[in-house]
Order: sequence, then structure tokens, then C-alpha cells
Amino acid sequence: MGLSSAFSSPILVPRTREGLQIVAKGNKKKKTAGLQGSTGGMAFERPIEEIEAQIAELESLSLSTRLDISGEIEALKARLRETIDRTYTELSAWERVTVARHPKRPVAADYVAGICDDFFELHGDRAFGDDQAMMTGFATIEGRRILLVAHRKGRTTKERLECNFGCAHPEGYRKALRKMRLAEKFGLPIVCMINTPGAYPGIGAEERGQAMAIAENILAMFSIRVPIVAIVIGEGGSGGALGIGVGDRVLMMEHAYYSVISPEGCAAILWKDGERSPDAAEALRLTSKDLLGLGVVDEIVTEPLGGAHRAPSVAMAEVKRVLLRHLDELATFPVDTLLARRHEKYRRISHIEGRFPASPLSKREGDSGEDGPPGGPRRSAPGAESDSTLTSQLESAEGNPG
Amino acid sequence: MAKQPKDPKDEAKQDAEAPEEGAEPRREGRLSRLRFSKKKDMPGGLWLKCESCSEVIFRKELEEKGRVCPSCGFHFTVPGRERIAMLIDEGTWEELHTDLTAIDRLGFVDSSPYADKIERAMKRTGQSEALLCGSGRILGREVVVAILDFGFMGGSMGEVVGEKIALAAETAARDGKPLIIFTSSGGARMHEGILSLMQMAKTCAALDTLNQSGGFSICVMTHPTTGGVTASFASVTDLILAEPGALIGFAGPRVIATTLKQELPPGFQRAEFLLEKGMLDAIVARSEMRETLAKLIDYAQGPPSEVVPTPPRAERDVPATH
Repeated sequence: MGLSSAFSSPILVPRTREGLQIVAKGNKKKKTAGLQGSTGGMAFERPIEEIEAQIAELESLSLSTRLDISGEIEALKARLRETIDRTYTELSAWERVTVARHPKRPVAADYVAGICDDFFELHGDRAFGDDQAMMTGFATIEGRRILLVAHRKGRTTKERLECNFGCAHPEGYRKALRKMRLAEKFGLPIVCMINTPGAYPGIGAEERGQAMAIAENILAMFSIRVPIVAIVIGEGGSGGALGIGVGDRVLMMEHAYYSVISPEGCAAILWKDGERSPDAAEALRLTSKDLLGLGVVDEIVTEPLGGAHRAPSVAMAEVKRVLLRHLDELATFPVDTLLARRHEKYRRISHIEGRFPASPLSKREGDSGEDGPPGGPRRSAPGAESDSTLTSQLESAEGNPG
Repeated sequence: MAKQPKDPKDEAKQDAEAPEEGAEPRREGRLSRLRFSKKKDMPGGLWLKCESCSEVIFRKELEEKGRVCPSCGFHFTVPGRERIAMLIDEGTWEELHTDLTAIDRLGFVDSSPYADKIERAMKRTGQSEALLCGSGRILGREVVVAILDFGFMGGSMGEVVGEKIALAAETAARDGKPLIIFTSSGGARMHEGILSLMQMAKTCAALDTLNQSGGFSICVMTHPTTGGVTASFASVTDLILAEPGALIGFAGPRVIATTLKQELPPGFQRAEFLLEKGMLDAIVARSEMRETLAKLIDYAQGPPSEVVPTPPRAERDVPATH
């Protein structure tokens, strides 16, 4: 990631005289409290915040006294860059989880405002209600029409409460599926933005079939005949994430996490001690780098130095750039190829060659060349035979967009 | 309400003398009283306490009755092998993929390394993994069967379980046989991290293949079926059945109770509750499982043109519970 891009951060851009005074005052009065508030409780950000405070104070001093201390300020800024760089390249898994949950990290609504030219929200599952934790609607990004499905976390306390901090109910998943079917009908590619601590664990959620709703979505997303790109923008919490997370491409932001269970839940169950969350986070291998290594995500979207919360507009621009690249690429595949590949991707996910036997379906195809299983068409058959079929399909798809 | 037994032996004697055969379980009362006690079972002990009605039962009697509580009809979790013996026509079971074993790809260590846990579970159960799959016949009907065994790491789904479900679904698709799944699971296996979560997608992909091929699938949810298993392959079969009283849900009751800081309603997340809420096709007592499955297969695929006569099985003295 480039340093220059990172420093278009709102914290470091030149401020107005008024703005500076406010910052400086706040720092003098309640230094510690102010720091805690802005780091969102992230202890590892303390040194960074301290330098930032120093810079702010010096800048205010230079303005009020007309003294030339730009040299000192520049030196501090260099130290700041270095500190952020060092801190963020050495983040532990648990620290990354706290970055993913940072209260100032861009959420779905920010992306809508930041990267979509237009957004028309579509509400409701036409069965039970309109889950605020799931946001769906038509959107336009750089002239491309898409359907956006996103977990909504909210920015203010009121909003966060309204959408259960991003924990969707069954009606949320059903709403997502209903809109995805609509996208399929209109041939609109689907972008899913994942940012949830997990599906809501509650009485109503269970009564209305939380598990069934998630399972239905996972199954349905294998047969939706338009491209699907999923991106984990913050928290990728278990089944609640996967419920809108099956895609032709799965992207993950650098400081996002994606896990089978929250580190807290895992620590409580396996260590029987909620305090051991950092150990659990480490053991679960939930960072973007881990997941790329395991072949679970296809690409990491680089965040500006110091995390997306430090420079939201830079982070969002990068997401937009990568999303568009994938959408444009996927648009060139014939639908059947797309579905076969999507199927194959998950059927063989994180596969180690030779560990599991070949699929009974591909074996039969290889042995006798007979037609598929009785009763109907077969879509994808993993194994050498289908690989070559797939490759030839893909080759023919190259010059054959749409 | 069942009285609290003072002397386990006296209580069991009473039961032996007057078993409440065919008694309707009082859902609201007994089944809701399930405790989250860790000591509900004493392995190897002669006696054990019913999870639902707290009666102390003679272990041998329970096993003879197909692990159905003689007092309240609660259906206990059945080990995988026992389930096969109960379900499949004698001499027709052919197990598949017994050689697949878990590997510790993440190097996961909590109180002990995951690799050691796998080894211990294998030793204890004599099985290679939590899922048994194979082909056989149910009252003459050819089927592919996959059974999750709660005794192997809580029936949790890791890579091997996911792969075997997928292979079973594809075998069913290839052979045009119905796929019958029995679940009892705590959900995804945390020790395999994100790889276990991905099994939810993998199994659904394979069931999608089976669906596309015109195949037929039934899932029987047994006590307990929760988490990532309920939220994936178990809930996307053509038919979903459950055994009486089975705990079925996404989040575990303890998690919900802790999150909400309130007591859960009586019978919450029990099979009867799910049936009432429209999540299940039917609740089927263990004693009627074989016949019911055979009937459903016949409805979906027509009666077998040539039913292979099988020796009658010893009728089990299992109280009907619905």
C-alpha cells in the first residue's frame, strides 16, 4: 500500500483554524478519555493517537503564535507514519478483530454513499417483516446496475440498536433471497457486503427458522443465474455471514475477519474462559491472510495504512476498484460456466490434492462415458474429467462475453 | 411433574415393574425441563438419569427399548452403529469411505492439540470420523445413508464430515437412490476454523447436485441437532423429519438464554415446537422410523418393483410417542 494514499486521511489533512482549536482544547482537558474514545478501546493504537495529538497541538501552536515549527511537525508526521506502519504490519489476530469492529470503520451505508452513484432500497421479505440488519436494493456503480445485499450495522447508537448490531433475523435472510431472485430475473449481478458478528440468537429468530433461512440461502445461491461477488468488509461472523456469502468471488478486506465462531464464543466454549479471546482469535486463523492461504477467499482488498477507519474514502475507493474488476470479469462468462465454476469452487474448497476420493459422479463419467445420473441433468462433476470440460468451456468463453 | 427420586434403585424398580408404555410425553412439562447438566450420563454405569423427565433408568432396559425412555418416551441420542442396526436390513449395509480421517490443518491447540483430540475420539468410538455413510436397504428399498454420531466430538462437522455428506449425496445422485441423513450434532467443528464453516457451503453444493439430478433426500433430525449442521445440509433436504423431543436449533439454548438474560419458553427448540412453527414435515417415533421412511420413499419413487424379502426383525418394545 502506498504511503501517499494513506495520507489523504481526514486526520492528517490540513484543518481549519476553528477545527484545530476544538481538537486542541479537547486534548488539553481530557486527554486520556479522548484517546480512548477515538481508538475504540484499541490499546495498540495509543502510541499512534498520542503522536497525532502532539501534531495537532503543535499545529495549533504554530497557527496561534506564528512561529515556524513546521520542521518539528514534519518530523512528528514522519514518526507517525512509521509508528502506524509498524503497528499495523504487526497486528495480532485479536487486534485485527478489534480493527474489524472499530466504530469508525466504514459500514454498508457509507459504501452506498461513497461508491454508489445511485441506490434504491427495497424493503421486506413479504412474509414477516423488514429486518433492519439486512439492507437490499438496486444500486449503480460507475454505470453498472447491480443488486446490493449488505448487513447493516448502523453508525449511531440508535441505528445500531435498530439493526441489532448487524445480527440478522430469518426475515433478513429471506428478504435477501427474495431480492436476489429479483436480480436473477433482471440479469443484475449481485454484490454482497458481509459485516455481521453472526446471525441473531434469539427466541423469535429460532421460532421463525434461523437455521432454515440460512440453509435455504446457501443452497439457493448455488443456482442463482447471475454473477455474485461477496466481500467481507468488517466482521464475517459464521453462518450469519455465509447466509449471504456464497459467491463466484469472495473478497476480504485486509483487516476484516471471517470465522466459524466469534473469538469470544470459541474462548468460552473451548477454553471455558471468555478472557482467552485473543488466544482463540489466534487459533481460529481468521485473518484475511490466513483465509487467502487456505483458499477460502480469492483476493484481499488492501486497506490504507492504519486501517479503513483512518481513511474511509481511500478504503472505499479501493473496494470499488476491485469490485468493478471482478464484476467486469464475471460478466464475460456464460451463465452455465459461471454456475459450474461456483459449484466446483465450493465442492473443492481448500482441497488438498489426493486427500479425498474423486466424486462418484466424475468417476462414472471417466469410466464409461455414460450419460449423467438418472432423472435429469447434472451440473458440475468435480474431478479430472470435469476440469477439462470446464477449461474448454472457459476457453470458449474468453472471446464470448455475456 | 415427575417426583425427584430419592433412591435411584427404588425408582428404577418401580419403572421396571410398571413402565409407562405408550405414555404421551407431557411436552410442556417434562421436555421443557431439560437441564444443562454435564452429568446426565455416566458412561459404563448401570443407571442413568433421563435428560427429559429425570427418572433414573436401568441402562440395559433403555438400550433394549431402542434408547427411548421407558418413563416419558424421550428419545435418547443413538450411537451411529446402533442406528444402522436399527434401520438397515440385516446384511445389506456397505460402508463407504471409512478411511477418511481429520487432519489438523490449523495447528489448533486449546487445552490439548486438536490432533490428540481426534486420536482420542477415534480410539473411544472405534470410528474414523463423526459421520458414517454407506448404502443398504430399508425394508427392501435401496438407500444411501449418512449418519452423524454425536459420540465423536459432538457430531461436529469438519472437513471429513462435509466431504462424506457430499460424497453420499453424489453417490445417491449417481445411483438414483434416495439419500437418508440422520443428524445429531453440536454444529461446525471449531477446531477446523473457517474450513468447517465452508463445509456448510460444500454440503449444500452437493445437495444441490442431487436436487438437479432429480434425486430424493430426507433428513431425520435427532437429539440434538444445532448450529452449522441445522443451518446447512440438514435443512435443505426434500423432507425434514425429527424424532420426538429432539433439540433442534441454530443457536444453542444456553447461548440464547445468556444473550437475552431470560428464561426460555417451555418446550423451546424441541421437535414439537418446530413442528408447530412449521419447520418440520413430521415427527416420527423411533419405533416407526423404518416403516415411515419406506413409505415416504415409495411416495417419492413408487413402490419397489421387486421388494427383496428380508428376515423380520425382532419387534422392539418401544412406546409410541405421537
